[in-house]
Amino acid sequence: MTARPTGDGSSAGPAAIKTEGLRKTYKSSRGDVEAVRGIDLDIPQGEFFGLLGPNGAGKSTTIGMLTTLVAPTGGRAWVAGHDVVKDPVAVKRRIGVVTQNNTLDMQLTVQENLEFRSRFFGLSLGTASKRAAQLIDAFGLSDRRKAMADQLSGGQARRLMIARALVHQPDVLFLDEPTAGLDPQTRVNLWDILKVLHQQGQSILLTTHYMEEAEALCDRIAVVDHGKMLAEGSLDKLLADSGAQTVVTVRYAEPVPDGLAERTGLAQRPGVTKVEAEGDQLRVFSGDPEGLLGDLVSIGAANGLRVRDASEARPSLETAFLALTGREYRE
Amino acid sequence: MATTANSRGAIQPAGIGATSGAGDAPVAASIAALITDAPVPHPTLPKTFAAMMAREFRVLGRNAPSTFIRAVMQPLLFAFVFAYVLPKIGSGFSAGAGASAAGFNFATILVPGLMGSMFLMQGMFGTTMPLVMEFSWQRTIEDRALAPVPIRVLAIQKITAGAIQAFIGAAIVFPVVYWVHAPGQGPHIHVTNWFLLVLVMVAASALTASLGLWLGTVVDPRKIQMVFAVILLPLTMLGCVYYPWSALHAIRWLQIVVLVNPMVYMTEGLRAALTPSLGHMPLWAILVALIGGTAVFGSLAVRTFQNRVVN
Repeated sequence: MTARPTGDGSSAGPAAIKTEGLRKTYKSSRGDVEAVRGIDLDIPQGEFFGLLGPNGAGKSTTIGMLTTLVAPTGGRAWVAGHDVVKDPVAVKRRIGVVTQNNTLDMQLTVQENLEFRSRFFGLSLGTASKRAAQLIDAFGLSDRRKAMADQLSGGQARRLMIARALVHQPDVLFLDEPTAGLDPQTRVNLWDILKVLHQQGQSILLTTHYMEEAEALCDRIAVVDHGKMLAEGSLDKLLADSGAQTVVTVRYAEPVPDGLAERTGLAQRPGVTKVEAEGDQLRVFSGDPEGLLGDLVSIGAANGLRVRDASEARPSLETAFLALTGREYRE
Repeated sequence: MATTANSRGAIQPAGIGATSGAGDAPVAASIAALITDAPVPHPTLPKTFAAMMAREFRVLGRNAPSTFIRAVMQPLLFAFVFAYVLPKIGSGFSAGAGASAAGFNFATILVPGLMGSMFLMQGMFGTTMPLVMEFSWQRTIEDRALAPVPIRVLAIQKITAGAIQAFIGAAIVFPVVYWVHAPGQGPHIHVTNWFLLVLVMVAASALTASLGLWLGTVVDPRKIQMVFAVILLPLTMLGCVYYPWSALHAIRWLQIVVLVNPMVYMTEGLRAALTPSLGHMPLWAILVALIGGTAVFGSLAVRTFQNRVVN
């Protein structure tokens, strides 16, 4: 279990990340806060894994525990085969971390940020400056080499943080909301970088509250909310398992009467798996949405309900999330 | 390298392809090379510690002008007022009764006191102030906390860096008081025991840096100004800077109360090393307080620092 993963393609090494019932409860005078309530992960080497959930779901706390900066209050976790509580130094040697907040060393230049990080990881002075130069070129920061870290734009800072996390060739790269607050173009550029890293076999754990980011990048996704994992798997599996189908939502001008779906035969319509009535809103989950919207309009008309608004969402992580939680996704 | 087929390729949103097309192939290649062509790191505790110290000196060097001004202003003004202005305008102001009676000028008494207050100022500035920034909402401390060493090593490194600043800050007092004084009012200093001087200076530096790290980790960063008003100022004013501890026998209760002030032992220790004939507290008490205090506050600081970093 303590063997260092070889990273040469052999699958015999330990999992990149493994957790068993991982928990974190923050004690406070105003009552305890259960940030993470039992998370089980098993992420093989080379996988691009996404933790998807709204803000406050417990994603950052989970990353904090896996990167040794948050002490778990229950369960266990191993990164590259090393226990995060018993052997944090071994874990830190093998991970690269891009935190959500900007933790660049503001007293140093771009180049120095990379050089000193390299030296923290034992590279000699000469090797460290070569590695820094290589990273600066690859991440397109050549013209900012001598700039102080606090003079960078948001996108540049994020690129430098990723570069810095890669200095020592980590076994596992952790990215906590790497594109939060970035403009769309910068975000897509970062995605491209992450895809190349992944193609080279880099194990990556990413948290995000952007569904399209998880869809675009991750091999597997775990949906988390309120500190718990609601579902886990490839996007296709998540969509299939959650029964995520096309969701047709109609808002009427009047409240939806009780038992409308049963009375009108809507619930028995072929392909329909679930009908939810909530206030003036009717939401229908169906694997066969053809003509469904029209039916909802005519059912409404027959029952004295005028249609205010109607929408149809094709299967996506968003509909999967809706099916899993019964709630709209809150970013 | 282990590679995994990218099964998500099919569902990438349109538009990604536009930026990852053939035009960016060199970029992709250079990113890929970061993994295929990477040096193999062999971190060890001494290497990481040395790199962290190198980082401190790089920053100190970059801020050298402001660091120097910060370090030299206090002794310069003290020496100017106490060793030049006051002797010029009348000796009644310039010296405590004890010193006058013993035939010492005020500069001589002031040197150990001034150094003591420099230890405190510089040692605490060197540790407390950076911590306030590092523990603020961006938590830049996480940068160093992810280095491959135990968190306590990071704490010890911070104490070491602060102690070096304190040592340099206090040593600056020597040239200043040597140059700045009224004619005939220079301090009478003769070091008979260099080992004792270095020992006291090192212990005082380590003690103030430990105190600084401890305060920086237990005090809410937003209330850090309070530390200077409630702790730094009383410690300095009641740290036997302007008079030797023995002179306090006239106010017996104060002489006892100030024994909780670590600065008293720094200034008295320096008196023992620099002006032994002026009288000082027993040497054993000084050394026990300085070294024991470093051990107590150092281990306390390491623990509180760990608790702040790993939560």
